[in-house]
Amino acid sequence: MRFISVIAIKEIRTYFASPMAYVVSAAFLAITGFFFVASVSDAFAVASIRGYLAGAIFFMIFMSPALTMRLIAEEQKLGTLELLLTSPLREFEIVIGKYLAALVTTLVMIGLSLYFVVVLFVYGDPDVGPLLSGLLGLVMYASATLAVGLFASSLSSNQIVGLVVGSGILTALTIIDFVSARLSGIASEVLDAFQLGASFSVFDLDSFGVAEGGHFADFARGIISLADIAYYSSITAVFLLLTVLVLEARRWR
Amino acid sequence: MSKSYGPYPAVIDISFEVLKGEIVGFLGPNGAGKTTTMRVVTGFTPPTDGDVTVNGYNVVSHSLDVRRHIGYLPETVPLYLDMTVTDYLRYMGEIRGMNSSWVKDRLPKVIDMVRLGEYKDTLVGRLSKGYRQRTGIAQAILHEPDVLVMDEPTIGIDPIQVVETRELISNLGEEHTMLLSSHILPEVSAICKRVLVINDGRIVADDKPGDLSEKLQHAERIEVSVRGAEAPAFINAMRDIGDVIDARSDQRVSSTQRAEREEYLPFIVDARPNAQAAEIIAKTVIENGWGLSNLTPLPMTLEEIFLKLTTEENLGE
Repeated sequence: MRFISVIAIKEIRTYFASPMAYVVSAAFLAITGFFFVASVSDAFAVASIRGYLAGAIFFMIFMSPALTMRLIAEEQKLGTLELLLTSPLREFEIVIGKYLAALVTTLVMIGLSLYFVVVLFVYGDPDVGPLLSGLLGLVMYASATLAVGLFASSLSSNQIVGLVVGSGILTALTIIDFVSARLSGIASEVLDAFQLGASFSVFDLDSFGVAEGGHFADFARGIISLADIAYYSSITAVFLLLTVLVLEARRWR
Repeated sequence: MSKSYGPYPAVIDISFEVLKGEIVGFLGPNGAGKTTTMRVVTGFTPPTDGDVTVNGYNVVSHSLDVRRHIGYLPETVPLYLDMTVTDYLRYMGEIRGMNSSWVKDRLPKVIDMVRLGEYKDTLVGRLSKGYRQRTGIAQAILHEPDVLVMDEPTIGIDPIQVVETRELISNLGEEHTMLLSSHILPEVSAICKRVLVINDGRIVADDKPGDLSEKLQHAERIEVSVRGAEAPAFINAMRDIGDVIDARSDQRVSSTQRAEREEYLPFIVDARPNAQAAEIIAKTVIENGWGLSNLTPLPMTLEEIFLKLTTEENLGE
């Protein structure tokens, strides 16, 4: 545990000592702000954070891999991975430590965006249930996307490769309904079960990008379902495990 | 142990022991298997075959115990460029399992030892190569490891800093068991009490540096310039002399120089020591009716000896 916190603290410091955390946070606030305003500025608009959530989950397809792309790729490039792997650290301690750093940074960013909620309470009368479940869903969603990003970062010493691979996996999971809609039977159901969050219905102002079939839809509606929590937790666990395996495999090369 | 990368063998069935307190130099050309061996010893990569133990711990089954007792400086000094020297070293200490009071106590001593005092708050990325090397050495010795493994610690730094770094390493040898790699023989002879020569993944010699050069000083090398002889005829005549090991055209002389020297052809002759080779060569040249213009004994440098060893030329013994 001590090693995990040592690594996490070092990485969090690096995030906030470099422009990365600030640039990503600024972009996140701008994009979610745009979606939030679009969703509440119509006449008779609903006082909800659905628009904000749609913008957030859409943007995280690119933002999460951007945040995590440095974490392992840079260690490989600088050669410092050789030091980490010859220190008395286990691979999972390195992976969890780095993952937690990215998660904390993302939580800080989500925290900054919560003034949208304050605005809702000042000018409207939002329903608290969907609001809290939506935020819980967002955190679950963010943890899954960060795990995918971290895995992508472990694949090579090139950060751009990490970004492209990470966003690629997330995009594939996002538009999986394009494929499932054209299939039928079991295949279609299986693919649907992997629907990550938003789809390209993001341009459809009625749903604000929260795909009806995806695991995020219920969170946005105010329903906390075990299946959705299990889905995001599994994605997180599987990709963190894959990252550990990639690091271990390096030894055996 | 042996280590292959896929079908490519990097180290083939090598075996050696380093005793407590010994400084052993690992000498070999680039690609000989030095780095691979060090990566196995430090637990970075497991051997394909065989066993390696450090401090009594097996590097595969007790990897964490091994890593706790080793300080490692890889060939490319691994540094976080956006951290200050102090922050970097503190972090390295922490991931080696040092508690904060130990780090607090040890850090100033190490910074002092590698003479980084005035740069301790500088970003690592702004340091010159020599100071980066010192930072790398500092992280290797910070946690007071029993065993130090250093891969090419003086590569790529300027000559003055090379001298300082060597001094530093020699001093470290008083407290640590050390395995150090280099492709420069004088460096190894200056620092180490024992040298392992590795080539193409195999250990070809294991000796004290002094003995090593002595053992290899079996050849006397003579530069000869001869007129009137065809090159093959001269070389054959030389090889017929019992004490001559080898004779060949002097490749160091360019064709323009050859033209200037007119009909005198330059040769290099290797002979057994104490054979009065020069005298016999002169006699042979005269007997064949050739002209002799130069007969100079050449000293063999350590680099040449090294080359001899690793190119596996037969030196007669």
